[in-house]
Amino acid sequence: MSTLSVLVVDDELGMRLGVERTLRNFNFPLPEFDDNVNFAIEMAETGKEAFQVLDQNRTDIVILDYKLPDMQGLEILVKLMEEKKDLLTIMVTAYASLEVAISATKNGAFDFLAKPFTPEELRNTIKKAAKHIYISRKARKLEEEKRQVRFQFISVLAHELKSPLAAVENYLVMMKDRVIGDELSKYDNMVGRSLIRIDGMRKMILDLLDLTRIESGQKQRNLTTVNIISSAKFAIEGVLLTAKERNITVNLDCKEEVIELMADSSELDIVFNNIVTNAVKYNKIDGQVNLSIFKEGDFIKIICKDTGIGMSKEDVDKLFGEFVRIKNEKTKNVLGSGLGLSILKKIVKLYHGDINVESEVDVGTTFTVTLNTQIEPS
Amino acid sequence: MTDKGITVLIVEDDVDLQEQMKIYLEADGYTVITASQQKEAEKIIGDKKFDLAILDLMMENMDSGFVLSHKIKRMDSSIPVIIVTGVTRETGLHFDAKSKEDKSWIKADVMLQKNVRYEQLKLEIERLLKKG
Repeated sequence: MSTLSVLVVDDELGMRLGVERTLRNFNFPLPEFDDNVNFAIEMAETGKEAFQVLDQNRTDIVILDYKLPDMQGLEILVKLMEEKKDLLTIMVTAYASLEVAISATKNGAFDFLAKPFTPEELRNTIKKAAKHIYISRKARKLEEEKRQVRFQFISVLAHELKSPLAAVENYLVMMKDRVIGDELSKYDNMVGRSLIRIDGMRKMILDLLDLTRIESGQKQRNLTTVNIISSAKFAIEGVLLTAKERNITVNLDCKEEVIELMADSSELDIVFNNIVTNAVKYNKIDGQVNLSIFKEGDFIKIICKDTGIGMSKEDVDKLFGEFVRIKNEKTKNVLGSGLGLSILKKIVKLYHGDINVESEVDVGTTFTVTLNTQIEPS
Repeated sequence: MTDKGITVLIVEDDVDLQEQMKIYLEADGYTVITASQQKEAEKIIGDKKFDLAILDLMMENMDSGFVLSHKIKRMDSSIPVIIVTGVTRETGLHFDAKSKEDKSWIKADVMLQKNVRYEQLKLEIERLLKKG
């Protein structure tokens, strides 16, 4: 239960008490916010009193009489708007003229009530105001959260791009200063490391472009009937060379030669590339990767199981965050942007699917991706 | 250069920055031991076989450098500690081991901004070792 506080500003005692009586036990649910609302009533007889209350308490709604002994209701309204208080004003008037209503609304009143009004009319107006308050506060909160997320993304991105740049720059300075002598071959390792860091930066920029395209919805999607087994084979071919270097075997295990779905084939390529590349990158020498694909009702299931270094439960929980890279002794030489799984997650969502990770340290990791074949990709 | 008989501990999670500092220091005759994680560093600190420490502030934890410097100073307050950080540019938070307020809780002798040039690092190392 949340309480909104209402200030009634009216010089007629009967009016103030009437409003108080009507709203005292009034409450209603706001199912979209999972909340119930009731009201706490404050009263003021004059404009001066009203400002005293407003200065001391948090007020959400002001029910303001148009004619007060010391000030015009309109003056108060204008002052309230100037102070930019987070509240709504409902103007009450005995002179139910259109002009008054228009000038009140023009000056920022949320609504108006013409005297005499029934308790029902008052309750309806208040209900409308309460809903408005909830919605605008929620919208503001969401906007603020979005701003925060964007800010955080950009600062992490800056860090992730600055680190390799610094590493390469330092190696170049060291070479320029001939820190370990004049013999060129002594610097082979520095050159090699620089190239690796630059390659990492390039991959990150490409991943970043994929991510922004998917997120902005700008990427032209080309939905056709795709054989998912071909996409899987294509991805496996892509990692074979890297896998061979560390004697890792990659198996494709599926009973059918053809499993079709409506998809953008480049998106499926990203999905398979991500899971297969990870399974190889985070594997051990002589390890195995087993990719199986099968239909299960309306879904296609893709299971990628590796015999790699695995992760702790803590690490699995962090895994899908942007730029998250699991750093430890075993992964320190593995390069990545930390964006791959964010991209994967976003694509899987487009196919109304699901992604699940099970892992055990030193035993291996299993990624399970489910894609829905019955709903059109969104 | 001849061996100085001085051991420097470098804790840095970027393998390249770690390697670069190591090359420079070794070229100047220092013995270097390295760690790339907080836990790994804690083990080394327990063994206490170094004369000066250079710590990266943000590793797997945001405050790894602060935690490690506390541990070192609690064990032996005479071991000089240098914290290297990019935190100011990234977060706008400014720490300064020389200001009175920060000195009360940052247990490091010097804080240097990334990307620090070796000449500057070298000056600080020599100054701190002379003091001790």
